[in-house]
Amino acid sequence: MTESWIISAALLTPLLGVLAIAVFRHRPNLREGASLVAAAVLFALAVSLVPGVANGDRPALILFEFLPGISLGFRVEPLGLGFALIASFLWFVTTVFSIGYMRAHNESNQTRFYIFFALALGAVTGAAFASNLITLYVFYEALTLSTIPLVTHNGGEESRRAGRVYVGLLLGTSLTMMLVAIAWIWILTGTTDFVPGGVFVSGGALLFGVTPGILAALLVLMVLGTGKAGLMPFHRWLPAAMVAPTPVSALLHAVAVVKLGVFTVLKVTIYTFGVETLASFGIGRALMYLAAFTLIAAGIFALREDNLKRRLAYSTISQLAYIVLGAMLVTKIGAIAGGMHIAAHAFAKITLFFCAGAVMVTLHKTKVSEMNGVGRIMPITMTAFLVASLSVAGLPFTGGFWGKWYLALAALDSDQIVMFLVILGGSLLSLGYLLPPAVRAFYGGPRNQAGPGQATVMAGEARWPMVAAVSLTASISVLLFFAAEPIFGFLDTIDFRGF
Amino acid sequence: MISAQLPALQVVLPLFAAPLAILLRRGNLAWVLALAVTWIAFAISLALLVQVLDNGPIRYFFGGWAPPWGIEYRIDALNAFVLVIVGGISSAVLLFAGPSVRKEIGEGHQHLFFALVMLLLTGLYGIAITGDAFNVFVFLEIASLASYALIAMGKDRRALTAAFQYLVLGTVGATFILIGIGLLYAMTGTLNMADMAERIHGIHGSRTVLTAFAFLTVGIALKAAVFPLHYWLPGAYAYAPSVVSALLAGTATKVAAYLLLRFIMIFGADFAYVAVPLGAAIAVLAAIGILIASASAVFQNDAKRLLAFSSVAHIGYVILGVGLGNASGLTGGILHMFNHAMAKGAVFLAMGCVMLQVGATHLNTLSGLAKRMPWTMAGFTAAGLSLIGVPLTAGFVSKWYLVTGAIERAWWPLAVVIVASSILAVWYIWRIIDAVYFGPPNPAAEGIQEAPLIMVLPLWALAAGSVYFGIDSSFPVAVAGKAAALVLAQMP
Repeated sequence: MTESWIISAALLTPLLGVLAIAVFRHRPNLREGASLVAAAVLFALAVSLVPGVANGDRPALILFEFLPGISLGFRVEPLGLGFALIASFLWFVTTVFSIGYMRAHNESNQTRFYIFFALALGAVTGAAFASNLITLYVFYEALTLSTIPLVTHNGGEESRRAGRVYVGLLLGTSLTMMLVAIAWIWILTGTTDFVPGGVFVSGGALLFGVTPGILAALLVLMVLGTGKAGLMPFHRWLPAAMVAPTPVSALLHAVAVVKLGVFTVLKVTIYTFGVETLASFGIGRALMYLAAFTLIAAGIFALREDNLKRRLAYSTISQLAYIVLGAMLVTKIGAIAGGMHIAAHAFAKITLFFCAGAVMVTLHKTKVSEMNGVGRIMPITMTAFLVASLSVAGLPFTGGFWGKWYLALAALDSDQIVMFLVILGGSLLSLGYLLPPAVRAFYGGPRNQAGPGQATVMAGEARWPMVAAVSLTASISVLLFFAAEPIFGFLDTIDFRGF
Repeated sequence: MISAQLPALQVVLPLFAAPLAILLRRGNLAWVLALAVTWIAFAISLALLVQVLDNGPIRYFFGGWAPPWGIEYRIDALNAFVLVIVGGISSAVLLFAGPSVRKEIGEGHQHLFFALVMLLLTGLYGIAITGDAFNVFVFLEIASLASYALIAMGKDRRALTAAFQYLVLGTVGATFILIGIGLLYAMTGTLNMADMAERIHGIHGSRTVLTAFAFLTVGIALKAAVFPLHYWLPGAYAYAPSVVSALLAGTATKVAAYLLLRFIMIFGADFAYVAVPLGAAIAVLAAIGILIASASAVFQNDAKRLLAFSSVAHIGYVILGVGLGNASGLTGGILHMFNHAMAKGAVFLAMGCVMLQVGATHLNTLSGLAKRMPWTMAGFTAAGLSLIGVPLTAGFVSKWYLVTGAIERAWWPLAVVIVASSILAVWYIWRIIDAVYFGPPNPAAEGIQEAPLIMVLPLWALAAGSVYFGIDSSFPVAVAGKAAALVLAQMP
């Protein structure tokens, strides 16, 4: 297929970006320029694939065979392309934001920062387009490794501790569970490819040697092994990772890393196990309840967290659980709803992190309890924060609405009343933990202003790159509400059934 | 034709280089000689592997005496692969050895050191290449005696006790092997391995054969440091000179593991795996060993000692593959000899660089060293990833085969052990990475610079190999697969 060169180009772009960043390490403007160009090119390449993929094309590319029968291969389908679009677009926006943030904060080692950022995006691209489990696994681990220097960027004891938790939980889950599941699937079915309708059924019956019990065990290993999806009890790496600079938390820990986790869950549910196969044996219930528990528990943790970034991290865990829950409902609508929520939550959550970062570098406030009056100093930033909060909660006229709407429909469809209530309850919780910072910012009295060190001249809005970034992502969070139909239509072209 | 004499040259070259090195009397000259011989020997081993892959097994009659009167060298895919491992690792380590030996070994002893290294290589090549059981014992003793002396040359005084421990246990092991070979000779009337394998078939039920098998297995397990007979290894690797640690970690235990496979071939896979449940027994021991050694590695505070315990664990993977006794498992085990030799060689070389520049490898000493020695530490990290078994590194490929082999046999606990131990590997490798990259700079390391190029280069070659053979594993996998098929040839 002629489009296969686009895949190679997309894989190569972040690497060329790394090279350019390294070459221009002494010229900060050119260095950031290289990041922007790489992000823009990657996004353009992803966009150019959209029309074909929407028409049912599935461009494919096999790089090389690295074990007999197992190759590093790529095949673009709607879910992965959607993920790549979001990640590359937000990479561009985050770079704009970083320019303001990293310079205002006088961060050290900025070249290393941009290099590993580009590497991480390369890993995301590879994972998004992966055509088999091994390729997905390779890039999954590559993303873990390339983000370690970003998480520990600040150095110091706290960063070291966070790095340990991050490496331990992410590598720990994937090495012990995901890898075993993949090897087992390979032995049972002789393939690790992603196939429409799943690899376990042929001619309407399970393959020889596969029982529903084995299938359930495999699904548990696969989903729990995806530590990046943040299911409890493997969620602790995410709050720990909040010691990283804010652009890292924003792009990687609200979009790239965590979304790769839930993307993996969706992808294996659809293309390895097959939604219909799972549904016909009633597999996935236990994980659905675990997701529901995570959804509620993380929401409650978020309520109690005073540090703004950590509160956002728990909120992310809760919102990720929505997507896992959607996948584990094992219905087509549930999976599509999961995909829509990936998109909406990406834009909303990155806005929230941008705002938190902007407040932090401008006013040096990191706690919810210190937010009083911030809205009067930084009105644009905090308005964006409010809009994004509503989107995370899933109120109408924000992008977050549709994902939750379809999730609720899917839950009702499969007679899961409890899940329906959990979905609503989670939204209420998210209003509970996201509105207080916004309300304090606008209505909180000027009491805090009199504190020591606060009597100085009030700073204004954050630097323009940061303001531009939050305005853009917040606007898109609203626009997504009106763009629901094309997104739904695009995700509807996922091949849920075998041929 | 010189190509017909390659099997003999493989062993004879280093053997003659040893006295020559003593005659040279100068450390530097001896180094150049040793380096040249090692590289030629490596080239020979590659040529032999190519010949074997193209034309099948090579038979070489030493001195033109046909067996059973003379000694036969017999090279098939399995030992050709082992020869290449020994050749490749020793070539890298010897290049590194120049500056390292100048720093760690006393002025008057350097040429002796290189003479001993040559003897060690003679022994290792000899064990791998020969087709004569008694010859195995002779070469085993040459290699062992050389390594006892080499370990004892470590600067740390504890090297002496470590060498003595190794001497005692190694001698016990060698004696066991000798008894086993003697019993086999009594039963079959031949020392030629191929003849032995033929004649042993009819007398499998004999108690003497069973006893010989037991002696050989235990003896080899001692030399290979298979749990619970690994007691000698951590001390020996930790206190030996850096060059010796890297060389032994990459080659010696691999050759011992090869010997186990060779004797399984002599007894026949149907005997070793079906009649006697050796497979299950050593697989269980290996699994326990992997867990205990990895867990011990986590709690070491000296990087070299930590890596030595990791070696015990990784020998466990090789033995586990042997124990699995199916095509995937054996391929994984044999492949892991190769992959682990490169990765462990590289990390020990990295520690050698640290030893040269800083003088100690305690984790506190390593703190913050990545800023001062970035190339060394980058090489260490790449090889460390392979030790963990991260995808796109060689370690992943062999673990993949091992896990597949375990699942195929439905030995679930073993599959779990293989992956669970990866976690422990993450943990102990991370302790070093955490120290060198994120630890506060060590004030004692003020003014420390990167190690010389000639030391970093071989380190990088091995680390690059660890990554390259994880991306394109087709060649080692094909050879290991062939070797595994040889071992399983007599499987019913």
